[in-house]
Amino acid sequence: MSFINYASREINCKIVYYGPGLCGKTTNLQFVYQKTAPDAKGKMISLATETERTLFFDFLPLALGEIRGFKTRFHLYTVPGQVFYDASRKLILKGVDGVVFVADSQEERLDANIESMENLKVNLEEQGYELEKLPFVIQYNKQDLPNCSPLEELRELLNPNNVLEFTACAQTGEGVFETLKAVAKLILLELKKGGAGA
Amino acid sequence: MLHPQQTSFVMYDEEFQRISVVIEKLLRESNAKVIFLVDKNGQLIAGCGETEHLDTTSLASLTAGNIAATGGLAKLIGEKEFSILFHEGEKDNIHISIVAQRVILVVIFDHRSSLGLVRLRVKKASEELAKIFQDLAVKTAEMEKTGNADSPFAEITDDDIDNLFS
Ligand SMILES: Nc1nc2c(ncn2[C@@H]2O[C@H](COP(=O)(O)OP(=O)(O)OP(=O)(O)O)[C@@H](O)[C@H]2O)c(=O)[nH]1
Ligand SMILES: [Mg+2]
Repeated sequence: MSFINYASREINCKIVYYGPGLCGKTTNLQFVYQKTAPDAKGKMISLATETERTLFFDFLPLALGEIRGFKTRFHLYTVPGQVFYDASRKLILKGVDGVVFVADSQEERLDANIESMENLKVNLEEQGYELEKLPFVIQYNKQDLPNCSPLEELRELLNPNNVLEFTACAQTGEGVFETLKAVAKLILLELKKGGAGA
Repeated sequence: MLHPQQTSFVMYDEEFQRISVVIEKLLRESNAKVIFLVDKNGQLIAGCGETEHLDTTSLASLTAGNIAATGGLAKLIGEKEFSILFHEGEKDNIHISIVAQRVILVVIFDHRSSLGLVRLRVKKASEELAKIFQDLAVKTAEMEKTGNADSPFAEITDDDIDNLFS
């Protein structure tokens, strides 16, 4: 749920990176953090296990600039991808304005991707959201690895509705900003459609 | 049920001023160091006190995460929510409470105050804040109904959006 503040002339939106364990959600945020000018970002917070698996969430606030005199801020969150952290994932989805699904393109992770996508839908529905109505993009990550499924197969299984999709290598940053821009743009277009209180 | 994805949380000048008055009074009367109000989704609504050297954006996000996690715990044991959280540090303490079921009121205080005093003052301030958020909800609904919402985004262009990323 976006927050429009007429008093401070700010608008805040929440973007959630979803996807199976180790697909590269945290790496996406780390790259955005590294490449963003200091005055445009806040601290990146990672609530992680000792082995750097996300335990609760990563959080990165970005200030993108102004639209019509309103400071536009995006709050980026990742969920923990490991199956047993489902309760935490539900909490992080609350108030979401846009979702990025990060898929792990490796063949052996195909089932994990499908399972995570199903889980996303179920968790959204539980809170009265429909994935089809949300700003939503898909990223096929880890394209640098040799054991990737063919794109057509990933598409067929993960993107039946033909939402915007991007190939990426989050480790080098390829595709990371393209993905972020696309979902941010969809969110702003949604705001334009909805009006202030709608 | 209201579709959450179709609702923005809107804050207007008038209510923002009223909120500021209440939290500044609370700051004085409770001898607190810092007070801030956070939306349950982690957005900072307002703050006062010694906030300069504080990362309020991070604080807001972690506070909301904290409330969300304890709320999850509450449900698991059959409670609706835990309406008050208290964390005691060596120097500073944090008192977190939920106002009107949707905003989080955070009070940071040290030895110049006490848990008892903070609790007492928070209770009174919460009632005042609840009234303001009630008014805000009514106002937002009215604006929506009369089509008077006057969204700053109604007329944005693709160029405006692209410029954000240049
Ligand atoms: N080869 C390759 N490795 C990647 C890429 N993106 C991420 N990784 C690696 O994959 C591992 C897991 O990445 P994370 O970003 O921590 O994964 P995550 O999705 O946050 O995982 P959880 O927090 O458990 O949900 C790390 O070792 C990354 O360096 C990529 O594009 N290519
Ligand atoms: Mg992670």
